[in-house]
Amino acid sequence: MRNKKVTEYFLISLIRLVTYIVVAIVGYIIIDIFIKGLPTLSWEFISGFPRRSGAEGGILPAIVGTICLVTGAISVALPLGMTSAIYLTEYAKQGRFKEIIGLAISTLAGVPSIVFGLFGLGLFVLFFGFGASILSGSLTLAFMILPTIIVSSEEALRAVPVTLREGSLALGASKWQTIARNVLPYALPGMFTGSILGIGRAAGETAPILLTVAAFYLPKLPRSIFDQVMALPYHLYVLATQHPEAEKVLPMQYGTALVLLLLVILFNLSAIILRNRFRKKIQW
Amino acid sequence: MTNWREKFIELLLIGAASASILIVLLIFLFLAKEAFPFVLDPGIKELLGSQWIPVSFKKEVFGILPLITGSLLVTALATIIMIPFGVLGAVYIAEIAIGRERAFLKPFIEIMAGIPSVVIGFFGLIILSPVLKKIFQLNTGLTALSGAILLALMAIPTVISISEDAIRSVPKSYKEASLALGASRLQTIFKVVVPAALPGIIAAVMLGIGRVVGETMVVLMVTGNAAKITFNPFESVRTMTATIAAEMGEVAFGSDHYQALFWVGIVLLSVTFGLNFIAQKVLTRYRMG
Repeated sequence: MRNKKVTEYFLISLIRLVTYIVVAIVGYIIIDIFIKGLPTLSWEFISGFPRRSGAEGGILPAIVGTICLVTGAISVALPLGMTSAIYLTEYAKQGRFKEIIGLAISTLAGVPSIVFGLFGLGLFVLFFGFGASILSGSLTLAFMILPTIIVSSEEALRAVPVTLREGSLALGASKWQTIARNVLPYALPGMFTGSILGIGRAAGETAPILLTVAAFYLPKLPRSIFDQVMALPYHLYVLATQHPEAEKVLPMQYGTALVLLLLVILFNLSAIILRNRFRKKIQW
Repeated sequence: MTNWREKFIELLLIGAASASILIVLLIFLFLAKEAFPFVLDPGIKELLGSQWIPVSFKKEVFGILPLITGSLLVTALATIIMIPFGVLGAVYIAEIAIGRERAFLKPFIEIMAGIPSVVIGFFGLIILSPVLKKIFQLNTGLTALSGAILLALMAIPTVISISEDAIRSVPKSYKEASLALGASRLQTIFKVVVPAALPGIIAAVMLGIGRVVGETMVVLMVTGNAAKITFNPFESVRTMTATIAAEMGEVAFGSDHYQALFWVGIVLLSVTFGLNFIAQKVLTRYRMG
């Protein structure tokens, strides 16, 4: 009997160990980038222009480029995703059409990011003639994050109790009035959580922008949506693998990695905190 | 008046929801459109060759077999690594960890899922590859194995969160019945809960594999990019995704090489579509989605 308990304890510890090995490796990656990236981080690094193909100076154009791309992507994907979710939860009846939309969304979620790049290249850059530009890159990223936004918006809408809808409908409000005044206000925080996760993903992706917008080295700020831009993830890739003095610019690589990591963690963490708060605050 | 407005809004919403279908169709259409001319000249047979030499003074060859085996090797290795860590991690978070520990682990996994692939690739290039090179005494640290370890790391959050949902959706009564019959905690977990959640766990692994197959930056940075057919984890390989990312920038639009890269994209899309389709079917059938 005692023996059995010892074995049980041993095995549970083993499972715990396996879990914490993963935690330790990820923790190591994050800490390594923080420690080696912090010395590079300065006002000049964040607000300056790169010199000598990125070996010196700052990364302002890459930061601005990433902000442009993310803003563009979210302003297309958010309205489209939110309205899709409203249709799917409030209007669509169980059936063939809804099933096909569901399949399309999960397919979209599984499309490899580089394939999105190919698609963006074929459709936006060449067919529509937008060229390698912020517009092409933003639209490509928008389609990539669309499923994330739809799924989390659906979740937020479903969390609003049916009774709120029934009460409003019983008082004579129309379907859209009910949704606009009694459902959406409660679902919005949850919907925005999804969009923040989408932003985090769009900011970190490299493969789609590789083929649709990203400039290798372009030390100036964009003037219009038809301009090419640098972007943080692509800049890191270029510094780490394509730069002629890759080893000498290691501090610049770590600095760029840290800025990118901070940006993405900030978005994800705020989404998680916002969601938890929202879940706690509203008690039906 | 109101009725007219209501109808209009509903139509607008249907339009928005149909966008997803349209986008999926457009993706297939545009990949096919750009790839198609290759079928007429030099012909589809060219793709089945075992050599990928896209730039040559003599004759370019576009056999995608080495790229497929490259992806296959990296994916297989990553899957072997990912399954124990992903599934046991899910078991731990769903069934063993409680209170503060759970409150730490769940968001940690979400943060982990959000780390950009290029950052993981950078870590692999600077830290992991030199370490592996030293341990196994290799000529280069840029091997299929380095890529697989990092890809497993990237897919583990997917496997954990979907498996965890599946494990938690097992009815409580199953567990209670098992415990009441005198089974220990672990016996209950591995003989009752995990088997009941198995369809969901399998779907989770398939979605994880889908992520691994489609991942680009990590393999581009750490697998060495040598297009050859090998099943040795300590050799450099070149995957389908890395090939597209590395070569599309230098290719002339509309050339044979350009079209061949779109064919690689079609193969890639078909594989991930298949994996995803089956995983979703499993999840909805067992209501674990």
